[in-house]
Amino acid sequence: MTARVGIVLFPGSNRDIDALNALRVAGAEPVVLWHESVDLEGVSAILIPGGFAYGDYLRAGVIARFSPVMRAVASFAEAGGPVLGICNGFQVLAEARLVPGALLRNRGLRFVCREVALLPEHLDTPFTREVGARRPLRMPVAHGEGCYYADDATLDALERDGGVLWRYANPDGSVAGPDDPGNPNGSLCGIAGVRNAAGNVAGLMPHPETAVEAILGSDDGLGIIRSLVVSAAEYAATGAVSGTSTRTLAGGAA
Amino acid sequence: MTAHTPEVPLHIALGLNDVELDAIREKLGREPNGLELAMFSVMWSEHCSYKSSRPLLRTLPTKGRDVVAGVGEQAGVIAIGDGLAVAFKIESHNHPSAVEPYQGAATGVGGILRDIFAMGARPIAVLDALRFGDPSDARTRHLVDGVVRGVGGYGNCVGVPTVGGELVFDPSYQGNPLVNVMAIGLLEEGMLTHASGDGPGNLVVLYGSATGRDGIGGASVLASATFGDQDPSKRPSVQVGDPFAEKLLIEATLELIARKLVVSIQDLGAAGITCATCETADRGGTGMLVDLDAIPRREPGLEPFEVMISESQERMVAIVEPVQWEAVREVCRRWELPVAIIGRVTAEPDVVVLTTPDGSGALDAAGRPVVGAVELARIPAPALASEAIIFNRESRPPARRRPAPAPGSAAPLVDALPLRGQDPAAVLAALLGSPNLSSRRPVFEQYDHNVQANTVEGPGRGAAVLRIKGTKKALVATTDGNASVSQADPWLGAALSVAEASRNVSITGARPLGVTNCLNYGDPTRPEAFWALAEGVRGLADACVALGLPVTGGNVSLYNEAPGSAIAPTPEIGIVGLLDDVSTRVGPAFRADGNTVMLVGLPGGGLAGSEYARLAGAALEDGPPAIDLELEARLQAFVREAIARGLVESCQDVSGGGLAVAIAEMCIWGGRGAQLRLGVGDSPAVALFGESPSRLVCEVVPRHVPAFGLLALHHGIHTDALGTTGGPRLVIELTGEGATGAAEERGSRIADALEAVVDDLRHVWEHGLPRALGWEGDDDSDGAALPGLEVAG
Repeated sequence: MTARVGIVLFPGSNRDIDALNALRVAGAEPVVLWHESVDLEGVSAILIPGGFAYGDYLRAGVIARFSPVMRAVASFAEAGGPVLGICNGFQVLAEARLVPGALLRNRGLRFVCREVALLPEHLDTPFTREVGARRPLRMPVAHGEGCYYADDATLDALERDGGVLWRYANPDGSVAGPDDPGNPNGSLCGIAGVRNAAGNVAGLMPHPETAVEAILGSDDGLGIIRSLVVSAAEYAATGAVSGTSTRTLAGGAA
Repeated sequence: MTAHTPEVPLHIALGLNDVELDAIREKLGREPNGLELAMFSVMWSEHCSYKSSRPLLRTLPTKGRDVVAGVGEQAGVIAIGDGLAVAFKIESHNHPSAVEPYQGAATGVGGILRDIFAMGARPIAVLDALRFGDPSDARTRHLVDGVVRGVGGYGNCVGVPTVGGELVFDPSYQGNPLVNVMAIGLLEEGMLTHASGDGPGNLVVLYGSATGRDGIGGASVLASATFGDQDPSKRPSVQVGDPFAEKLLIEATLELIARKLVVSIQDLGAAGITCATCETADRGGTGMLVDLDAIPRREPGLEPFEVMISESQERMVAIVEPVQWEAVREVCRRWELPVAIIGRVTAEPDVVVLTTPDGSGALDAAGRPVVGAVELARIPAPALASEAIIFNRESRPPARRRPAPAPGSAAPLVDALPLRGQDPAAVLAALLGSPNLSSRRPVFEQYDHNVQANTVEGPGRGAAVLRIKGTKKALVATTDGNASVSQADPWLGAALSVAEASRNVSITGARPLGVTNCLNYGDPTRPEAFWALAEGVRGLADACVALGLPVTGGNVSLYNEAPGSAIAPTPEIGIVGLLDDVSTRVGPAFRADGNTVMLVGLPGGGLAGSEYARLAGAALEDGPPAIDLELEARLQAFVREAIARGLVESCQDVSGGGLAVAIAEMCIWGGRGAQLRLGVGDSPAVALFGESPSRLVCEVVPRHVPAFGLLALHHGIHTDALGTTGGPRLVIELTGEGATGAAEERGSRIADALEAVVDDLRHVWEHGLPRALGWEGDDDSDGAALPGLEVAG
């Protein structure tokens, strides 16, 4: 059976087009979830796409977290369902405290759209299980507020418990620290994406959903999208997703 | 603008002259009132009426087999098969950007996007052509920073990728920058919607943002003297863009059209509600009753003329059958957009503005004026739109002028550089690092260029390529404008602009479909400036006819003059092409070692208007290179066929910086060098850095060289094998009497050569722009990578 994956649509979402395309390429059935609705229409995974939800005039993601659909998303996450937020979706999840940390203005204070190399940290999570090998993945970033920040205790907990899923890589394959050329926004510890303590909610700034076909310059993002789709199928069949737990991160994490 | 005082008549204060006032009286058969004068003043502005340029624009070729909407529509639309069509248009936002760069550029993007989705097309790309003065000047830097942030701030938020454009620095733009924005949309042919006010009795519906006091030209004059008190709060404000509202407007509009809830749609741009109502009525051969009371306002106390000519952004007017009103309202509610019925379509072809003393609504539920309704204005719709005044301006060539030599004739050469003994590699590096030729990455990285997942080739390397989902097809788009040559010869500059834009599309393998143009010229009441415009239009027309390209729309921006200076005449050309199979696309980067580098076409004389001449500080008016349009058409047909036959690995045209820069870019982008030999005749500068048109560099697999050469012969195109790709260096051995002797002086074994390490050239190319603009974040402290790069002169 084709996995049904929800795409949350806020007024101002714009990478929903990319997400729709990527889920189709990955063999899933995309279901658009309107921001005013609390009905998740029986989806077995949720993707929160990029864009500027509600215009993001105040701070990225800060209004979206109060929308009706986010209440439903929080319940879905609480029940163990897989949720992936990309770019603005990551910002929304961070504002909703469904994943630890915050996304600050880029260190360069300018919007940045370029290809980055993304190093997956673990290959056994709901969001990386189909990635295949621990090699740098090429895909674009496109954001003005993507500088990952968390306090020391949260960072320590993330590092200890394997909460960092993806880091930016330098051209030589090493992790890109805040000042390195491979780090587009000054993110601490090169962090490009994290998961929550239970492991079923993740956010990342780069756009795997825009890098799913060779004609677009890279299909390195397909493994991440496919991971979500496989996890959705598993969740639909068993009510749980492997690679997740109920472990709680120590420190200030969600 | 002159203030309206007892001594200055109102029409003068509004920018209308006595001739125009008489014409208005004649059209109305009476004296106009103040509101009517205000409506005429905005509709008869150059921007809305094309009153100076319309006689010229009528000479442009507009017919094409696949053109389904053309000149006079909000955007041109061309069918591309599979039931799909592409909508595209370019427009200027020069003057607002000079005043307030961020909002000027942002609202420029917003305005052109509305033209696209008003046709029923989803916007899929933006290209922005930007021109500024001296990059080291503080004000220029302020303008560049603001405009770039504005383009990005708007485009990134609405989710339309910025995939290309231009960034040019020239002293002539010092007081008057140019911001031209092109947008492209994709639609199913069934979605095509015309802005025509059909069906008397239908509703005039305004949706989107509320109306405020934004961008009211000349309004302060009116407010202070005629229509109200002296309240300083009535000062007009600049137009402010709200990309979030625009995003909602896109989605709502496309939903309204897809569900067939509207008869027609027009966006509100210049001249606001006045323009949208009178143009829509005029196209439909109808009129409109406009209920001023029903228009949602952003603030209290707006005067009727302010409501009617406000340029508040993110608004649309739809013509709606009464039975669809509830459904329309529901769509707007869902997208959280204010919506109101502001009038009715009438059979009588007048635009009538009504109000009531208490503002309670001037039309009843059936669309009839209520008892006590006051008629504020009544103007025949054609008088404001299709029958607006036209001026046949005086045209006179400037006294000092040297036209380009005829194609093929001997031209005097300006051969100041390289001087004997000067390393041509140093000149090449200086060109690659110059403000106009260096990498534009620091700018385009601030634009989202891949949202919507269509971008096959983004900004920075020639034409943009966008795949069309669900098909094998792709659209190819570019903007090009040659102002430097236009300054010496406006016919030639416009023809070169069209040729280059078309060539940039053809060298990907795509077939150019049509042309949109933004004509940025000076004050049309100056005969010399009007002559430049007339010559530019003639060059545009000639080139389009020669290349078989219909002009589907565009925009004219006149009065681009700052105190004491006028811009170089700037014809900005946008072209969209179609690739039937995106997998056959050819890019501009050398792909493999050991391939043959072919030069296609013959050089012509003349360095005037070239980047080389700019660098050398050479005089401009000496012989710009001519163009043979018939040859250009054959060249482009040849390269398209060669690509279709799979004979071309990569291809780049020779343009800014000449052959050496074209080859250097192919090396930089391909990450490999080349070993070449070039006959330089008696002028290495012309051979290496001349910008004569109708030339290409093609990378060809050795076994395909004979077939490539034969095909060229068949098309009557000259080719030369220059050498082979590969290695870390670009070496161009120079042969002929004019060789420079530079390498000899360096002690090289090669007698005369341009020789540089590709990585060094890349370094110079990448750091040129941030250095020129003094942008922070360019932490490159080692200066120019190659020693001795400073160019004399």
